[in-house]
Amino acid sequence: MNDTVASLHFKFEVNGGDFAKAGDASSRVKKILQQIGADQAIIRRVAIACYEAEMNVVIHARHGFVVLDADLEKIIIVVDDEGPGIEDIELAMTPGYSTAPDSVREMGFGAGMGLPNMKSCSNEMEIHSRRDVGTTIRMVFENA
Amino acid sequence: MLDAVDKGYFHSVHLLEDKCKGCVNCIKRCPTEAIRVRDGKAHIIEVRCIDCGECVRNCPNKAKTVLADSMTRLKDYKINVALPAPAVYGQFREGTDPRKVLAALLSIGFDHVIDVAFAADMVARKVREVLERPMEVRPLISSACPAVIRLIQVRFPNLIEHIIPMLSPMRAAANIAKHEFLDKPGAQADQVGIWFITPCPGKVSAINDPEGIEESTITGAIPIAEVYPLIREKLRDDTAISAMVDKLKVGSGLGVGWARSGGENQAIGGSRQIAVDGIHNVIQILEEVERGKLSDIDYIEAQACVGGCVGGVLTVENSFITRRRIRLLASENADDVQHDDLISSALECEDWFRHDKPIEPRPTLKLDDDMAVAIRKMEQMERIVEDLPGLDCGSCGAPNCQALAEDVVRGLATEMDCMFKLRERVTELAGEMMLLAEKVPPAMGHVEKKAEEKHAVGEHSTKPEPEPDK
Repeated sequence: MNDTVASLHFKFEVNGGDFAKAGDASSRVKKILQQIGADQAIIRRVAIACYEAEMNVVIHARHGFVVLDADLEKIIIVVDDEGPGIEDIELAMTPGYSTAPDSVREMGFGAGMGLPNMKSCSNEMEIHSRRDVGTTIRMVFENA
Repeated sequence: MLDAVDKGYFHSVHLLEDKCKGCVNCIKRCPTEAIRVRDGKAHIIEVRCIDCGECVRNCPNKAKTVLADSMTRLKDYKINVALPAPAVYGQFREGTDPRKVLAALLSIGFDHVIDVAFAADMVARKVREVLERPMEVRPLISSACPAVIRLIQVRFPNLIEHIIPMLSPMRAAANIAKHEFLDKPGAQADQVGIWFITPCPGKVSAINDPEGIEESTITGAIPIAEVYPLIREKLRDDTAISAMVDKLKVGSGLGVGWARSGGENQAIGGSRQIAVDGIHNVIQILEEVERGKLSDIDYIEAQACVGGCVGGVLTVENSFITRRRIRLLASENADDVQHDDLISSALECEDWFRHDKPIEPRPTLKLDDDMAVAIRKMEQMERIVEDLPGLDCGSCGAPNCQALAEDVVRGLATEMDCMFKLRERVTELAGEMMLLAEKVPPAMGHVEKKAEEKHAVGEHSTKPEPEPDK
């Protein structure tokens, strides 16, 4: 995005296993979108999808970032992590499929709805993952 | 209604300027960042204020006050009806019969009394009916606490559709009063005063600036703290009022239970419910709802005050004590609902319980109506935040550095309002002044040079040249 167009860029750090701070990045993203006056229904979808993606980093990965880019047309959320990667993306997209350990499920997470939810909330979603390296999820939301 | 209703939003919480010392206690605790210290006084930003009463509670100088009605207003009406909030019952010592409290109200100036706990019994039943239907939106959020409704309008406009379109027990009680005293042939509306006995400023605002209904039938709100000494006096020697209790209709224990956190859910029944109290806790739960995390919950009872209505700033007794008393009353009279014609006709009448107007959002976060401008301001704000110390000390009059940055891009403050930035700038200026001071006027320099030459003939001066002015 070039400088002559109104656009913004924010990057938030997420630490694997840090459940106490889990959701902070998505809360920040939500507030920023409210401050720029994005449509409430879109904010809601971004908030849900972004939270799911952030939780995936907390549950599965070692470390990652939530990156927000927004302009008048699009809101783009990229969640990039260093972690185990997703072995079979198609399988992971199946509602109810989860690799989260029991300890995490007991906390109410890892119900296997994360990726399907993210897909249904966003207008476009791409997943790139490499085994034992990490996962990058890019979600695009039409901002209008 | 109060005389002081301004154009725009009505607020019951006000600043007493002469008592305010401009400390940062209230700005730091305000859940909607609605207070700024300007010219040494903690002013409330009206569009953001939700009248929760946190600042009233936290001001060490009692500089935040609640504008409510007083008992003296009863003389303006021929007939006065009291609608006591269930929290009233918790104010008096254990074992006090709620009917005696109602009787006491009748002996201090009111002609009739409609127990709000009684209305709560009916509302609980109506809410249960709604929860039993298949729901599109989950969880639903209780509409009983007006500060929570305002909070949702201001900070969580996304969640307005989650608010159950049901009137609060106070409103339902007012509809009963209307049915009994205003809709009767020959009744003159301007001669009937309907008064809510309120535990909190939120209800005062809700009465003067209603949400979800076209018109308020309630005349005004009188603080529990104001009627408390009058009722207490009557309870001291209760022979006169004891004779009256048989005729009085009082809510069940479950209805009374609405006064404490968890009581509303208990009255409604069911298990897929959450009760949250304290405005900051409510915010956290609403965040969870926005994340889509609570879709397995049917109903959220949310109250701005810790402990529920008994924790309201217009009550008298410590809320932990009243909470226990309310719990005891709730368990003693759990099944004591008095069925009669009024209840059965009321329950058939949906209008008595339903919102007749949508609740509108009041979003306040938007930096500009033009999104392109808002995005630029957002960027500018982030640059300012990075440059601020991040101590969130409040000395600038804003609750934290982020809020100051926001005020700056909105044109309401400058970066120099920050003590640390100011100090930095003063240090810079002082440095510049030092440099200037070292700069020697050519004429003087000439004299000095001559003197030096005289003392150190043949030596080169080692004095460094002053730096050129920046």
